[in-house]
Amino acid sequence: MPTVKFTYALRRFFPTLRDTPASGRTLKEVLTEMDQVYPGVKTYLLDEQGRLRQHVNIFIDGTIIKDRTLLSDPFPETGEIYIMQALSGG
Amino acid sequence: MTRSTILLGTRKGLIAYHRNNGRWQVENLSFEGQPVSIAYADPRNGTWWACLDHGHWGVKLHRSSDRGNQWTELPSPAYPEGEEVKDGVPAATRYIWSMAHGGTKQRARLWLGTDPGGLFMSTDGGDSFRLVESLWRHPSRKTNWMGGGRDQPGIHSIVVDPRDEDHVHIGISCAGVFETVDAGLSWQVRNNGLKAEFLPDPDTNIGHDPHILVAAPTNPDILWQQNHCGIFRSVDGAQTWQDVSQPEGPARFGFAIAVADDDPDQAWVAPADSDMVRTAIKGALCICRTDDGGKSWKEYRKGLPQQNCFDIVYRHALAAAGDTLVFGTTTGNLFFSPDRGESWQTINNYLPMIYSVQFAD
Repeated sequence: MPTVKFTYALRRFFPTLRDTPASGRTLKEVLTEMDQVYPGVKTYLLDEQGRLRQHVNIFIDGTIIKDRTLLSDPFPETGEIYIMQALSGG
Repeated sequence: MTRSTILLGTRKGLIAYHRNNGRWQVENLSFEGQPVSIAYADPRNGTWWACLDHGHWGVKLHRSSDRGNQWTELPSPAYPEGEEVKDGVPAATRYIWSMAHGGTKQRARLWLGTDPGGLFMSTDGGDSFRLVESLWRHPSRKTNWMGGGRDQPGIHSIVVDPRDEDHVHIGISCAGVFETVDAGLSWQVRNNGLKAEFLPDPDTNIGHDPHILVAAPTNPDILWQQNHCGIFRSVDGAQTWQDVSQPEGPARFGFAIAVADDDPDQAWVAPADSDMVRTAIKGALCICRTDDGGKSWKEYRKGLPQQNCFDIVYRHALAAAGDTLVFGTTTGNLFFSPDRGESWQTINNYLPMIYSVQFAD
């Protein structure tokens, strides 16, 4: 079962965020699952067309995902899925 | 009418000032550190709205019924699945650029204007918003609308006619002024008389850049716009527009315009150097006022910086109420006038970049 880890920056909006096990088989399923645990978090990560927001990154076991549109990157059963923010802006 | 509250949408949060014994003091700071594209107080019920532009997490919409002490996040305006800005470019809300209430008869109606060009309407007090399909399907949108001020087309002005709340003018950069008389079921283009000097055909029907559109509260058939190519006024409900700029400025290029709430012929603009420079003209800030419908303009500088100044005033950052005016600048200065712009007092020199300014109760 993969574990989803979140950037600390999201705790401002979702104070109860913590490392969370997921059972989804695709990234899309995992994010939908996270939205059930933390209602609304998906809209912070994806736009309404389902694309990863421009300044959000997802890493799977330390490697950044390639498919930001369909979120089709595979992950191992015991992988770690890191949801990070890009360090942009000021 | 004099107002005792000023709401600011800034690059680093929503800031509310309240006037106590003649002094403006900060009453509320919300969303510290977050860009607030529009801070809006609904005069019908005192509800405050914050349109957030999180750099990372997208556009969000929040509402407060207790002057910003507590906020509730609501679903943001969202484009239906599969909608496109252009062929192959998916449409997603990138920015909320305008907000307006739907009038005193339509008490649950609210309007939002967005980048990339969608107008949204709520009929449930803002609990949900839906895309106004007729405008989104307008045959000109994909082919003749373009970015102006932002990378993609955006709706920055929503002007509801208080006499007939289904009658609305909107301003789009870049497309121009559109009008509906049936609450958004159908639209007419209202750009007759405008100039688009940045296009091969300056007299084009669609493609204009009205930086902001306002109507005179005492006569909503009189509309004003600070356009990219000058200041324009209409006395026939936007059927035709007349250029009322000073040919050599300073009242010519800029972003903001405000019209007096008791005189349709009195208006203010915040001039900026040309579109190639976009700073205060010759390093000095002034506000220009006309008292005769744009036939003549007077410059007012008392109390405003007159050297080494780079400030300009964004399109939603100048407001008038009775004898009072307020404006905020790109470099975080906030100025107040008690005498219709003839003299100015500094409220703060150290604010973040100011996107929107509104007088409220």
